[in-house]
Amino acid sequence: MSDTHGAVAEHSEHSPHLRHHFDDMAQQFDAATLGMWVFLLTEIMFFGGMFGAYTMYRGMYPEAFASTSQYMNPLFGAMNTAVLIVSSLTMALAVRASRLGEQKSLQLFLILTMIFGIAFLVIKGFEYHEHWVDMKVPLFPGHWNYSEAPQFAQQAQIMFCFYFFMTGFHALHMVIGLGLMTTIFVMARKGTFSTSYFAPVEISGLYWHFVDIVWIFLFPLLYLIGRTKKLI
Amino acid sequence: MHSIPSVRTYVIVWAILTVMTFVTYYVAQIELGAWNIVVALLIAFFKMMLVIMIFMNLKADSALTKLFAAGGFFWMILLLGQFFIDYVSRGWMPNGRMW
Amino acid sequence: MSTALQDPQVVETPNYLNQEYGWKSWLFTKDHKRIAVLYIISITVMFFIGGVFASLIRLELLTPQGDLVNSDTYNKFFTMHGVVMVFFFLIPSIPATLGNFFVPMMIGAKDLAFPRINLLSWYIYIVGAAFALAAIVMGGVDTGWTFYTPFSSTYSNTFVITAAMGVFIAGFSSILTGLNFIVTVHKMRAPGMTWGRLPLFVWANYATSLIQVLGTPVVAITLALVALERAFHIGIFDPAIGGDPILFQHMFWFYSHPAVYIMILPGMGVISELVTCFSRKGIFGYPFIAGSSLGIAIIGFLVWGHHMFVTGMSMYASLYFSLLTMLVAVPSAIKIFNWTATMFRGSISFDTPMLYAFGFIGLFTIGGLTGLFLATLGVDVHVTDTYFVVAHFHYVMVGGMVLAYLGGMHFWWPKMTGRLYPEGWGRFAALLVFAGFNLTFFPQFITGYLGQPRRYHAYAPEFQVLNVMSTAGASVLALGYIIPLIYLIWSLKYGPKAGDNPWKAKGLEWQTSSPPPTYNFEKTPIVTEEAYAYASHDEHTSEGGLK
Repeated sequence: MSDTHGAVAEHSEHSPHLRHHFDDMAQQFDAATLGMWVFLLTEIMFFGGMFGAYTMYRGMYPEAFASTSQYMNPLFGAMNTAVLIVSSLTMALAVRASRLGEQKSLQLFLILTMIFGIAFLVIKGFEYHEHWVDMKVPLFPGHWNYSEAPQFAQQAQIMFCFYFFMTGFHALHMVIGLGLMTTIFVMARKGTFSTSYFAPVEISGLYWHFVDIVWIFLFPLLYLIGRTKKLI
Repeated sequence: MHSIPSVRTYVIVWAILTVMTFVTYYVAQIELGAWNIVVALLIAFFKMMLVIMIFMNLKADSALTKLFAAGGFFWMILLLGQFFIDYVSRGWMPNGRMW
Repeated sequence: MSTALQDPQVVETPNYLNQEYGWKSWLFTKDHKRIAVLYIISITVMFFIGGVFASLIRLELLTPQGDLVNSDTYNKFFTMHGVVMVFFFLIPSIPATLGNFFVPMMIGAKDLAFPRINLLSWYIYIVGAAFALAAIVMGGVDTGWTFYTPFSSTYSNTFVITAAMGVFIAGFSSILTGLNFIVTVHKMRAPGMTWGRLPLFVWANYATSLIQVLGTPVVAITLALVALERAFHIGIFDPAIGGDPILFQHMFWFYSHPAVYIMILPGMGVISELVTCFSRKGIFGYPFIAGSSLGIAIIGFLVWGHHMFVTGMSMYASLYFSLLTMLVAVPSAIKIFNWTATMFRGSISFDTPMLYAFGFIGLFTIGGLTGLFLATLGVDVHVTDTYFVVAHFHYVMVGGMVLAYLGGMHFWWPKMTGRLYPEGWGRFAALLVFAGFNLTFFPQFITGYLGQPRRYHAYAPEFQVLNVMSTAGASVLALGYIIPLIYLIWSLKYGPKAGDNPWKAKGLEWQTSSPPPTYNFEKTPIVTEEAYAYASHDEHTSEGGLK
């Protein structure tokens, strides 16, 4: 792929969206997509650091971590996974619509993506509430009770901390994603996008899919540990 | 610019992803010892590849983009692997098992 | 030298400085050159703040007793010195200033790929710095810049969360700069500017950017976890509930070791530019210097455990990290050899930038070699946590990085400002810096080896003479920093006008006016010659001086 671009953009002919430090729209699009992939690379390392710490503790305390699985609601977790996957579908369809210049489809799929995103957060809210009621929130004094398996009480705290931090940071990224989607939707309503300019939709899509991928890994790691074990 | 998958492709991928989610859920109920985590992560990896290649269209992207995507994933493995070197050789991982 | 042109009203060609006036044109600029200037001002301020803490440290250490301040206050001095210098000066320094200014120009581009993200990165830096300054003003932090747990997460009574948040935020500034450079170098090179013709300064910044994007997020999450632990009073790194403080150190050093390469690689890039120009010779072994930058970036992620040999990490992990640390010295050594070979039979002129380059090569070599002592497990057990380590890293960071920064600033000052600095004062200050630096830090190798521990406000009386020498050196060094601050600012108004290429250097940036126009190039340049295509030394006598 050519990385050097020769022609200086002719002022009369270029898209109104061409930024003047670029030679042409192709270069601008390439730069935007590479930029988003590099950003996602930083996100991989951000979540990766947390995954790393979590993995070490899980390796150190396999039984304590396994004992936490009955306080997780894998049904909610699976529902959330399914919701995010379908939101990825609608997002991919939205990107496709933007490339083809299909304005109505674009707006529809963006709305659907946002609805599924909100659904994810609502289900998460129910889950957090369940944990609160169960006294499994070690972050706040007086909300931690592991009397059913006191021998694991301390290490299970570590696990629950990671559960809240990992799902919390993920949820934060979902909220940011919803913000992105709203911005893109508003731009779509104004008719900003066309077959020659759709980069913002495309790169927002990349971000959304990435957040989905993080959850794809979070689900088995947090919800499905030792489900076969009857430790308590 | 480059090719975009058809609606049909997207829906098929979505269906596979949803099925794999159910598979993950049900396999977790079956006792496989140390293999439980391996299977779960393998399925997650496979789902990730589908999302990356098709939904994120990496399949149609340049070698450079693919390199950055792979590099990021590899770097996370590098972090995990080097952490492991310490914890496993300290004997802090009972039987090296992680359920 | 030349008459100082006192009249700044002389009609100038439109350039990035005079094209627009007013605070809005600066604070909302998208021009990478103006953003670089904003960064220069900010990091200079932070540098002197870090320097104030250094002075306080050296003042206390004039006497063996802890008599100036108590130990808690002293802990705050070295913590704030470290936090400010590492995260708010060294990490951004060359990339955000000289890199921002010159990477686009060196590749023939009109700007970086994402100018608004560039401006955003500066604002994020300022917010991070505000948090750090707030922590200082509210009373400081005493955990050491390394924030080791469980002291930082549970037991310290200082403003750890504020400081950690400042570093967290500044980290995003660093990530965005790196991201911008990577995309720019890949996508915006002018026709004919192949990877093999890139100035080595660009290669260096590119390798640095890779480290920035791969490593910084990990320290971000690590400090976030510490802050959360402190806020919620739960201890994921607290041994009381099964947490492992060493896990914190693994996570912290996973970034913080590559961070030192973020700091030094751009400096090495500057040295490649200086050595070629002031020897009037092409670089020796271009592919090796370019490749060694990438090599340092990659291997740099495999060595962090050498900060943890005595912490309780496993012996086998220690062996692994020790071996790899030996390996990472190789690409750095390759650079030193190649710069030396570049100078061999060159036509050398001893202008200020070249003096700094010479200083770098000598001092970085000492710093690097002492790193090998520290990489050796047995020796490390003896010298770790002593002043030997302090001397080692100051040799590479100050003797290396700061000298490279000053050398680069002097080299490109005429280009950035259109003014010449007074060369006599420049050379004098460079010599002061070199002398002051060695007087400050060489004694520390000795006291450290003899057993003076670091981070203590008191020491055994037999070390006093060497400590007094060190403090004396620090005063000379401080003078060496203040003098350029004065004459560089002075030159903005009273320095003689610089021509387009006072050093007769190669490189696309020298083909523009001084200062450059806002859009860098009237026409996108087409590159036909290799980098550093200096004519053979037979054709020129000593041409490197200012005209």
